[in-house]
Order: sequence, then C-alpha cells, then structure tokens
Amino acid sequence: MSGEERYFHSVRLEADKCRGCTNCLKRCPTDAIRIRNNRATIIRQNCIDCGECVRICPHHAKVAVTDPLSVIQDFEYKIALPAPALYTQFPQVHRSDKIIASLYKLGFDEVFEVARAAEVVSYAISKTLINEDRPRPVISSACPAVVRLIQQKYPSLLENVIDIVSPMEAAARIAKEEFSKKHGVPVEKIGAFFISPCAAKLSDVRNPIGIQKSSVDGVIAIKDVYTQIQSFVKGEFSPLEIDRASTVGVRWAVPSGEAEAVGMRHTLCVDGIENVKHALEQIEDNRFDRLDYVELLACSNGCLGGPLTVENGYVAKSRLNAILRHTPGRMVQRTEIFENAHEKFRMTEEIEPNDAQQLTGSMMERILKAARIDEIEASMPGLDCGSCGSPSCRALARDIVNGFATEMNCIFKLNERISTLASEMVSLGASTRFSVGGNRESIGDDDILSKKED
Amino acid sequence: MTIKETFPVKADDMTTAGDVSARIKRQMKQLGVPASVVRRVSVGTYEAEINLVIHSDGGRIDYEITPEKIIIRVVDVGPGIPDLKKAMTEGWSTASNEVRNMGFGAGMGLPNMKRNADEFDIKSEVGVGTDITMIFNI
Repeated sequence: MSGEERYFHSVRLEADKCRGCTNCLKRCPTDAIRIRNNRATIIRQNCIDCGECVRICPHHAKVAVTDPLSVIQDFEYKIALPAPALYTQFPQVHRSDKIIASLYKLGFDEVFEVARAAEVVSYAISKTLINEDRPRPVISSACPAVVRLIQQKYPSLLENVIDIVSPMEAAARIAKEEFSKKHGVPVEKIGAFFISPCAAKLSDVRNPIGIQKSSVDGVIAIKDVYTQIQSFVKGEFSPLEIDRASTVGVRWAVPSGEAEAVGMRHTLCVDGIENVKHALEQIEDNRFDRLDYVELLACSNGCLGGPLTVENGYVAKSRLNAILRHTPGRMVQRTEIFENAHEKFRMTEEIEPNDAQQLTGSMMERILKAARIDEIEASMPGLDCGSCGSPSCRALARDIVNGFATEMNCIFKLNERISTLASEMVSLGASTRFSVGGNRESIGDDDILSKKED
Repeated sequence: MTIKETFPVKADDMTTAGDVSARIKRQMKQLGVPASVVRRVSVGTYEAEINLVIHSDGGRIDYEITPEKIIIRVVDVGPGIPDLKKAMTEGWSTASNEVRNMGFGAGMGLPNMKRNADEFDIKSEVGVGTDITMIFNI
C-alpha cells in the first residue's frame, strides 16, 4: 500500500477559508493539527477522521469529503445501503419505509438496510464472545474513528477489539450476493453505496482496517441527499417488497443499541471522543475487567451525532423512538444469512498499531528526547493557549525536539526574549561614546564596554 | 541515560488517584515501550497508587526508565502491613465497605502487582511503612 493510500483521509482543510484560529487545534483528540503560516495543517499520520474539527470550525474550513451521488452511475446496478441514522433526519417522518422508498426514486435499483447487517454482526459478535476466550472487555470495532484512536494511542488494547467487520461492510457483501442471485447478474456489475452520517467511513472504505478490500463502492453523505429525499418522502409510494430490519438492528444508530443487540450480561457504552479516551485509559489500567463488551462511539449521540447528519443529534434520538414503534420488534429477515456469520464476517487482517505518537531513534535517543521534552515543557508558561500553533505547551516541546518548531514560537518566550534584547540594546546604546544625549557618568563600573576601555 | 521522576501521593484523595500512573503511562507510550509492557506497568502502577490512597498514610512513587527496564518504587510512611503473607493472598482485603462500594478493595492489589511485574519486592514494618519495588523488563 502506498503512503498516499495508507493515510487517505476524508477530513480535509479548505485552506482559503481557514483563518488560523485555534478552535480545531484545541479540539483534536490526537493532536493532529498545527497552525503554520496562519493556516491549519493536518498531520496525516495522526488524523483519525473523527470529524471533531469539522464540527467545531466556525469558518467551515474543515470538511469531510465524500462521494457525490453521481458516483452510482459507475455501476450498472446500484444498491443503497442506508445507515439507520438516515431514518431519523426528517421532521414529521416516523416511518422508515417512506425513506427507503425515496432511495429508489434517487436512482437506486435496490435498498439494503445496514440495520439488517447490524443484526447479523450482533449475532456474529455474541457467538464469538460465547465460543472463544477473549481478553475482557471485548471492544466494538464498529466505529472507525475509535479503532484508529486505539491503533494510535492505546495499542495494547488492539487485542481486545472484536475481529468482526462493521455492519456497513457486512451489508455490502450480503446485499451484492442477494442481488446477484435474485437477478442473475455478476457481482462486479453491482455497486453498493453507503448513505453515511459518518466522516470516517470514506477513509474506512478506501483504507480498510482488518480486511484487504472493502465491498463498499462509494460513501454518500446524508446531508448531500437530504433535500432530495425530503422532496420524495412526501410523495406516494408502493409497499416495499424487501426484507426489513427489526428494532434490534435499527437501534444500532443510538448509543447502547449495539451493546444491547450483542446481548452480553455486562456491557457498557461510551459516546463522545473525549469520554471514549477516558474510558480507554481506564480499560488499560484493568479498571473495566469485569465487563464483557464495551461499545465506544466517537460522536456524542453515536451515529446520530455524526458530522454528516443534518438533524440535531438529540432530536434525532427522540425521533428514533417514534420510528421504532413502526419497526418490527422481532427479527424478520431470512435466517440463512445468520449461518456461519461469525466465520463469514471475521476480519482477515491483523489490526496494526500506528506509531504516530512515538518518538523515533534508538531507545537511548528516545529517552534523551523525552528528557529534553520534559525540560522544555517545564520552562513553558503552561497555559496551553495554542498561540504557538501547537495544541499545548507539551506538544510544542515535542515539536521543538522533533525539529518542527523553535522556542520562539511561544509568544511568552518571544516576549521575554524581546524584553531582554530591548534592554540589552538600551544599555548598548547608552554605553557608546557616540550616544546622542548619553551621559558618560551614568555608566557604572560593571559596564563591559567601559571596562574594556580601561 | 535514564528518565527519573518522583511523585508524592496523598492519602484518601480520590480526585488525584491515578494521576501518577497516567503520567508514567504517557511517558512510556511516547518512548515507544512495547504495548504489552505498557499494559503491565500501567496495571501495576495504578494498583500501587490506589493502595497508597486507600491504605497508606501517604507516600510517593518513584519511577525510572532505562533502555532495558522500568523500575517503579512505591514508598509510604505507614501504617505498615502486619501480615504480609495474608496481604499477598488473592481476595484478602482490609478495605472499608465505602471503598469496596467504589469498586476497589477486591483484595487483588498486591497479587496483581506481583503478577504483572518481572521482579517484585516488598518490605513492610508496622509503624514505619511499606516499600515496594517493581521491575519490568522492556
């Protein structure tokens, strides 16, 4: 895999809109942003595509790139894979079948609910947890930003991450297989497109973790098809003739939905990236070792709070309750797709750690660098103001040691230095015999220049 | 060349409990200490820190990182452990109900430290204090 592909990111900067403020800098959970030359830059190896900067930027300079709807034209047969979060986006629409019907009007030949695959994935996970002895707590792999966070900041917990693919990935595989069988067309001619609330999913498709290649052919943002769906949703539609997801799968859209679907006794759900970081720290210290399964979601309100959604996450959450009342309470899809799910949807590749947070060189060199970082940090004002362009005093100290910045990037250090230089200049000016209006008698014995003259 | 630091730990202060182990963990990760070692040191140091807060009259944690190993020394000023053999038994604990309700005091502290460290040494004298050394090979 080339370096370019390896660090493909959907989260990007639109440089002309960036004012060089410190909002994104301070918000990034992996310290992936620096302000240089009055513009934000994203360190590709550190970015986990969580979308925090997209949400916080007041100038909309941070964006999450997704595919345009026209991408579906690359394939002869087109399948939409709507995330259950899509169902919650439209005011006064409490029936997901209306929304699914609208997707056909958008130009798709078939719709396969990701919530259906979520049921299969839930089954595969619980089967794995029951059959196999895994280090506890087992951590969900469904949120791509969380998996990338663990790779980088909590690599010792990679062995806890469940090696079952995400519902999106499972949906693409099942949908293509079903469509191919039903219509007798080759799988290569079928495109599967995720309708996404999530900024990280495009990166997850282009640069998948745990599998060789994704079966998803494109990722379309909910916000990009929102107005079109809203216009279709009011119209007439004929009853759907497809297998539907039950509340078990649809509830994956909200925090705890996944943990409940997996059905283990001791589970926990944490949403919001800072809360997730805190929980991972505690899991590392074995403080959660009595738990079976932990669902971690980078966005607060889970996928309903994704940066590519339109509706307020809390409103979406309350609307989901209404939608669930119009959704089958028990699983209704054909049972064959559950067969061997824990084998079929198992990841094939190891999830590797990402060493972006580590110092480089031999262990001795790293220790020297770390000692120097501590020393520089101790000399800093400790305000973590971000004016230097690094997210904290400690991050600046690291950047200095790594050769990416100097102490003069710190405005307090700079101010100190200017004051020192200014007073040196004053005394230098006063000490010269040519100084205008200078009073020779005022120069004390300790003056270097006058001493030299003696 | 080593990195050496020492941190005081206050008795009964649950708000700062875990700060020292978090700091040591951050340093290890920055240095690229292997993940499995980071995990063992974190668990051992966190247990030790919680022990200082819950059971001791206060103390300190010293840590030293060399290219070969990580040395954690935990020293308190009392009260000392009367029966060290019992304290090293899994499930044995003198923690109060209040502490147990917070999810601590399961009697796994010292055994956990010993299990996670490559070398473990404990000395304790009633009225003087406890002195624990844990060594982890990198």
